[in-house]
Amino acid sequence: MKKLFKNARVIDPSQGIDDILDILIEGEKIAGIGKNLTSFDAEVEDLTGKIITPGLIDMHVHFREPGFEKKEDIKTGMLAAARGGFTAVACMPNTNPPLDNPYLIKYVIDRAKEYDLIKLYPIGCVTKGRMGIELSEIGKMSEQGAVAFSDDGSPIGNSALMKRALLYAKGFDKVIIDHCEDPALSEGGQINEGYMSFKLGLTGIPASAEEIMVARDVILAKETKSKVHIAHISTKGSVEIIRRAKELGVNVTCEVTPHHLILTEDEVEGYNPLAKVNPPLRTSEDVEALIEGLKDGTIDCITSDHAPHTKEEKEMEFEYAPFGISGIETSLGLILDKIVKKGVISLSQMVEKMSLNPAKILNIDGGTLKQGSFADITIIDPYIEWTVKKEEFLSKGKNTPFDGYKLRGKAIRTIVKGKEVYKEVHHESLVGPGRRFDL
Amino acid sequence: MFKNYGLLGIEHLEKEDIEEILDLAFVYKDYINKGIKKLSTLKGKSIVNLFYEPSTRTKNSFELAAKYLGANVINFTTQGSSVQKGEILKDTVITLTAMGIDAVVIRHNMSGTPMYLKKYINLPIINAGDGMHEHPTQALLDMMTVKEYKGTLKGLKVAIIGDIVHSRVAKSNIIGFSKMGSKVYIAGPCTLVPEIAKKFGAIVKNNVEEAVEGADVVMGLRLQLERQKKNLFPSTGEYAKYYGINSKVLNLAKQDALLLHPGPVNREIELTSEVMDGEKSYIREQVTNGVAIRMAVLNLLLGGKEYEKVI
Repeated sequence: MKKLFKNARVIDPSQGIDDILDILIEGEKIAGIGKNLTSFDAEVEDLTGKIITPGLIDMHVHFREPGFEKKEDIKTGMLAAARGGFTAVACMPNTNPPLDNPYLIKYVIDRAKEYDLIKLYPIGCVTKGRMGIELSEIGKMSEQGAVAFSDDGSPIGNSALMKRALLYAKGFDKVIIDHCEDPALSEGGQINEGYMSFKLGLTGIPASAEEIMVARDVILAKETKSKVHIAHISTKGSVEIIRRAKELGVNVTCEVTPHHLILTEDEVEGYNPLAKVNPPLRTSEDVEALIEGLKDGTIDCITSDHAPHTKEEKEMEFEYAPFGISGIETSLGLILDKIVKKGVISLSQMVEKMSLNPAKILNIDGGTLKQGSFADITIIDPYIEWTVKKEEFLSKGKNTPFDGYKLRGKAIRTIVKGKEVYKEVHHESLVGPGRRFDL
Repeated sequence: MFKNYGLLGIEHLEKEDIEEILDLAFVYKDYINKGIKKLSTLKGKSIVNLFYEPSTRTKNSFELAAKYLGANVINFTTQGSSVQKGEILKDTVITLTAMGIDAVVIRHNMSGTPMYLKKYINLPIINAGDGMHEHPTQALLDMMTVKEYKGTLKGLKVAIIGDIVHSRVAKSNIIGFSKMGSKVYIAGPCTLVPEIAKKFGAIVKNNVEEAVEGADVVMGLRLQLERQKKNLFPSTGEYAKYYGINSKVLNLAKQDALLLHPGPVNREIELTSEVMDGEKSYIREQVTNGVAIRMAVLNLLLGGKEYEKVI
């Protein structure tokens, strides 16, 4: 089975490509990439006006299985990811029971294989039961397929334990992903500490709660010569600390979510539980710093931190409602419309941050369209105007603060190992070539 | 606009709304003083008092206010209700609404609860204190008391002393007095006085003396004693020494200054007994005015045209 996509704008930063090219897919692999490719036996399709990128990778999602299948399960999570344009995801282990042993890692991988949709990579717990006391079996979990380790949802509070985790994981060439939050400073916190927390009378989570842990982690990474990845940074201070650490040669990478790049604490006005997320939405000053960090390369990846919850949970009183945003189906559209279209980063940089860099950090396949690599491909229509409708989400979690947003640009097809796992069937409106915008 | 909506916070009131409420409350105070305590303004209306937190004065004050206006009152406490069987707040109120109530008065330990209910039921909701958010009727009765004895709120210096950050009373008063043209000074331990309050019009001082000097109104706040366990201050003794209001501090205020406190008072901590029982103390007047303010609010929210007849 051969497929030839012609005349698409192909963007592949791994090869420095941003050009109108053809791509030939043969079976599971990319057989060719270049100008005027021909094949006498391939199914040919003209993709003029469309963009082809290496399959997008979201390295921070919560698919909730096992234990919280009311919020999401592996199947619905993968369907939602495919709809969002992602060919691969890395799942956080804060399930019930948490993924802290090789048997559960294998279970999650086997469950994903049942559906033959996208690629799913489990992340294992750093500590047993995510309790922050004893190291979990990082070696055995790595052997079963865990690609990284994290106690996400909680920080690794004990600095000595964090140091050991960084050192120990180095032996298996695995990265520790830390959720940076000093629990004493954030205790009882609901939203960003500042104007809104005082106005609404809610306990705040100060920027220092995140920044102290970011600083600690880079110091430990430097001392141990290990690599560390900081999850979902949200403050100006975190950007500054990581920028400085990179200048000093520390092996640190980090990610940011679309919601932290686009929204501020004002979104919580009127006690809106859909804007309740951890780390909390911060101030416009923080948003500006995050955007600057995205531009100058301090921030390596964009991840959704897809955190689905049930309607009932999110409809509880604000303080009872759980933290999180269901983000995997809006991530690409938001970044295209609110970040790329505004000229903050180029499409090529976007692909770096949503495909190439996550592949490098997790040391997994993907992030490239090189001849001979797996045909993991996202096809984007940059001109489609669409409206976020939470009821159309394939994810079980409809908890989004972006419902009703009108966006331009989205994934229309998602191809994993040469097989189409998602195809957009109806377009809200197709915009003619007369209304092009420069990407 | 609050008339069709409810009273969720001072934040949502215009200056004119506050004036209207105070004017009507003075009329009601006069009625109460004359012993006219059975009106028919809200005859046939039913009001539920939902109190999820202990309260003496606010709850009784709302109940009396509703009864003076001729309304039926249900007092709902969490004990002995479905709440103990795990019913969630939204369902409890929807159930009560189905029984035909006309307004909900709610006190809750969580901030935002009145606004939360407003999303699910289309009835006037009156915030009787929600967590660390607002306590609008308290601020209204404080403003009424000051207006009664000072004649105006404009240009006055109001000093609020104590745990500002956790106090819904302080927040409502900062917003309310500022709207009415007073200058609000706040002071207390720096762990309990947020700098950000200046964005709400308050002037933040690091010591009590500076805040109180030349003030027309000095307001103490109840100190939640459990705050000490969180190390927000080292001891009640030290608190009383540096942040308590005693006669020496009070003498820095104007000669005719009013001392207010929302109650209940921790005697010898935030106020000495000497000043609490002294001649500058208007704490009892606050309580009396509380009933009148709540009558005014209930009437404006539920009474429709009857209000004009009263005036």
